[in-house]
Amino acid sequence: MQNQLIPVFILGKKYYVPRGSTFITAMEHVGFKLKKGVGCREGFCGACASLYRLDAEYKLHGGLGCQTVVQPNMQIVQIPFTPVPKVIYNLESIKPDPNVFVAHYPELYRCLSCNTCTKICPQELQVMDFVQATIRGDFALAANLSFDCIMCGLCSARCPSEIAQFNVALLARRIFGKYLVEKGSWLQHRKDEIASGKFDDGYKELVRSSSDQIMKRYYERKIDFDTT
Amino acid sequence: MTKIPYFPGCTLKTKARNFEKSALASTGLLGIELTELPRWNCCGAVYPLTSDDLMQCVASVGNLIRVQEMNQTGMVSNEYRLVVLCSMCLNVLKRSHKRMIEQNEQLKKINEFMYLEKEPYKGNVTVVHLLELLKEHGFEKIRDAVKKPLSGLRVSPYYGCALLRPREVGIDDPENPKIQEELLSTLGATVVDNPLKLRCCGSYQTVRDKQLVINLAYDILSRAQDAGAEAISTSCPLCSFNIDNRQKEIIKNHSEFKPLPVFYFTQLMTVAFGLSQEHCGFEQNHIDPQQLLKDKGVL
Amino acid sequence: MTARIVITSKNREFQRKIDELSGQVCTLCDQCGTCTGSCPMAFEMDTTPSNMIRMVQLGQEEVLDKKTLWICASCYTCTVRCPRGLDPSKIAEALRQIKLRQAIDHIDIHKIPKNEIDILPQIALVAAFRKFTG
Repeated sequence: MQNQLIPVFILGKKYYVPRGSTFITAMEHVGFKLKKGVGCREGFCGACASLYRLDAEYKLHGGLGCQTVVQPNMQIVQIPFTPVPKVIYNLESIKPDPNVFVAHYPELYRCLSCNTCTKICPQELQVMDFVQATIRGDFALAANLSFDCIMCGLCSARCPSEIAQFNVALLARRIFGKYLVEKGSWLQHRKDEIASGKFDDGYKELVRSSSDQIMKRYYERKIDFDTT
Repeated sequence: MTKIPYFPGCTLKTKARNFEKSALASTGLLGIELTELPRWNCCGAVYPLTSDDLMQCVASVGNLIRVQEMNQTGMVSNEYRLVVLCSMCLNVLKRSHKRMIEQNEQLKKINEFMYLEKEPYKGNVTVVHLLELLKEHGFEKIRDAVKKPLSGLRVSPYYGCALLRPREVGIDDPENPKIQEELLSTLGATVVDNPLKLRCCGSYQTVRDKQLVINLAYDILSRAQDAGAEAISTSCPLCSFNIDNRQKEIIKNHSEFKPLPVFYFTQLMTVAFGLSQEHCGFEQNHIDPQQLLKDKGVL
Repeated sequence: MTARIVITSKNREFQRKIDELSGQVCTLCDQCGTCTGSCPMAFEMDTTPSNMIRMVQLGQEEVLDKKTLWICASCYTCTVRCPRGLDPSKIAEALRQIKLRQAIDHIDIHKIPKNEIDILPQIALVAAFRKFTG
């Protein structure tokens, strides 16, 4: 089957790339050798943050270069990095107080609730909502809403108040995870089991087995545990 | 219980939880259920005064749209009043709303910008302050709810700016307001007039120039004391911070100054209604008012 | 002794700009001084509110260097009392915005002392950032 070529504009210059390409594969097809602005290629690392416009439309969109498929006459550019203030803090000595956000990122309080960040987020997260949650000191909400954030930086690049949304959310998640989330008892239980030597013999057996034996055991395993 | 949309504002969830707690408890007793707006955002605290700045109204319009949503989802029933406790939030929300209904072009523009919202703002929300709501409810009904009249407690109401000015959003006469006085008399307190009850506390200058605020607070408080006040009643967490928390700095400048407890009017209501002290949150009041209330036999 | 003030087209341009930004017709001010008398911050200012408006009427850009604009607390006392129905708080805001829109902050948000950040209510910081940062 013939691969159809469609026109796209990369950094303002017109190229012809195979239909169905992503931004990354399109750029590589025409000869760009990417060292920055590319990473896992699986939509998880946030390195390939890009901006694009569709044919004859004024709206600016944000997307991941490895996930977004090109359309005819699309205009694309990569934003591999957004400079933001990165505050160094000691998680051991930080207190889960609502003030922690303004103490480290005072520009947070310039938020206009304009949703510019929400509109550009390639993960379609409710960015403004978790920023507002940090302003209110609601750690749980901020942590949960920002869970899928991959720190691509597009929100911060577009923000009229120059906030680093993803850094603030990271702080929220760290504090939530360390101090506020309900800890499961199973981790300690498992650690105790290991320490008691419950798995020692089984482990020694595995180490002695050949790769064929291990593969056999892997595919024949019973999956009967409770998942939460 | 009448359910009515309620906008808390950021400060009432953190530094001024005492204001919210006491408001919810006392209004609950009166049969008013203040129902918090879902997904509300910070209102911005100050209204943008330049003619071209529409962006700073976006935050307010978002909150007004939430009131519409509350009616759609059945959280409230045909209720388009939005109750606010904080004077500054009242000022911003009310002025933004007015701008939207007076300037149709700007409303259209903002609605187009806020396309992520489920519906556009239709301009049908009325922003009211709790004091206005209480007056509408009827001071006689409030008097009936009083179990522990604040007899002998000499309170001076302090209004600040945002509640009364400018005229188009003020809840009472900006030169001669009476609403807090009426409420306090209803609660049984002795109202003491302070000629500086309308003087600005310094507002956000407290961030940039602490001394300015300390000077203003000293004037306001000492004039109240000269007139015989034992306590102040306020409606704004920023005023409360400037005339309550900053008292420790006033003492550094004026050693003869005697600390004066500052209440939120809802805390006085809660005490007068005989409700438990835990609803007052006095631990967040900087000058501890508990001894004063004990002396008056209401605590 | 006479002082000579020359008004050029540049001055007129500035005055028109402030009129537009504030939505006020600044030439309506008759310099009665009521705003100055009402202003609770006037004692700290390096020029009175009325004089600030006078400088705008004359299109004098030096008004942007005055401390007056930054000491204003937007209390609107002048607004409710101006006998000509002008809003000096909007004029002060317009002047502040000229400076702030050059991306020049009036306060350094990172220099707020830690003990202050710990006690200041959100409302104070949000308001201050809106008024003093661009």
